Amino acid sequence: MGVGGGVKSKFVCLFYLKIMAKTFFLSIFFLFLIGCQDKGKKPDTQIKTEATFVNSEEIPVLDFEALEPLLHKKNDTTYIVNFWATWCKPCVKELPAFEKINEKYAGEKVKVILVSLDFPKQLETRLIPFIKKHDIQSKVVFLSDGDANTWIPKVSEKWSGSIPATIIYNKNSRTFREGSYTYAELEKELASFLKE
Amino acid sequence: MKNLKSIGFRLPLLLVVVALFGFTVLNNKGYEIGDVATDFSLKNVDGSMVSLSDFPEAKGFIVIFTCNTCPFAVASEDRIIALDKEFKSKGYPVIAINPNNPEISSGDGYTEMQKRAREKGFTFPYLFDESNTIYAKYGATKTPHVYILEKEGGKNIVRYIGAIDDNVRNASQVKERFAANAVNDLLAGREVSVKETKAIGCTVKQ
Repeated sequence: MGVGGGVKSKFVCLFYLKIMAKTFFLSIFFLFLIGCQDKGKKPDTQIKTEATFVNSEEIPVLDFEALEPLLHKKNDTTYIVNFWATWCKPCVKELPAFEKINEKYAGEKVKVILVSLDFPKQLETRLIPFIKKHDIQSKVVFLSDGDANTWIPKVSEKWSGSIPATIIYNKNSRTFREGSYTYAELEKELASFLKE
Repeated sequence: MKNLKSIGFRLPLLLVVVALFGFTVLNNKGYEIGDVATDFSLKNVDGSMVSLSDFPEAKGFIVIFTCNTCPFAVASEDRIIALDKEFKSKGYPVIAINPNNPEISSGDGYTEMQKRAREKGFTFPYLFDESNTIYAKYGATKTPHVYILEKEGGKNIVRYIGAIDDNVRNASQVKERFAANAVNDLLAGREVSVKETKAIGCTVKQ
């Protein structure tokens, strides 16, 4: 029994290993696709947005033209850009993870940018009070641009438009996720960028 | 030995499950333009069960995945009512479907749907995707998410996927009414000029 069963299970094992290898390859390929997207796009202006970081007390209100360079900076910093809104429950739930990264990596070349997609008329009544109440330390900008059909694909071709959604990028690579991050996932993802 | 055997038996099973899951995840993207959309039988806010086959006179449908709780969906309610008003009589009624799981999204239960439909005076069916299968088949990822179907040879063909218009956050600044334009194209016997659009929305809560 021992010999026959051993041989048989070896074959079974080999078979499943193959399946696993295939699935693994597919997953890696999939990740590779995500990782590689948007690489070709190069920003033509990088100067314009510097001004938006000057006054950190205020929330810069940007159209997509002004926001886009923040998604394509080519310096030594790794950027974590999170699209969210105050009324979006999964967004608010994951905010502490971004805040913790912002705090923990303050001494490193890591920048967290929270792009609010709140309603324009709720900027004063909801967004700013929310930031004050929760003492949000990460950089918050407000994307005022209405024409989402034009700018969503420019953020990522993979994005269907639901929030939360997050880009992590540096000059070498880029990843996009539609959906939430836990702190552990976020830190792990960031680590792979910092290793490069 | 017994333990080894049971592990040996379970491991392959587990791997198959993992492999199948991986496969499903990679392939489950929902409908694309030109696909045949499935019919369904879902509970309406008036208690009746509603299917696409209940509308023999319709030329097609404006199927909108929407809900009570997402502010983008709420901001779109008047626009959805307007779409139904404009196109029901022309053969394209709105069918609204709530894909959210009320256990996760507490304001999206059946009774809350009934309440909202009454308050806003919905003129169209507002259906509860209780089994959470229809939104996944269509590939709706967010609310609101529009699918325009055209009847052809007894089938419902997907002709448009995406947004109601180009400004979900500010109705007064809408420049392109994507969904209305698509239906007008179909009514004129033309190919839909803008077949897919994107809009910000809330994730389907499951």
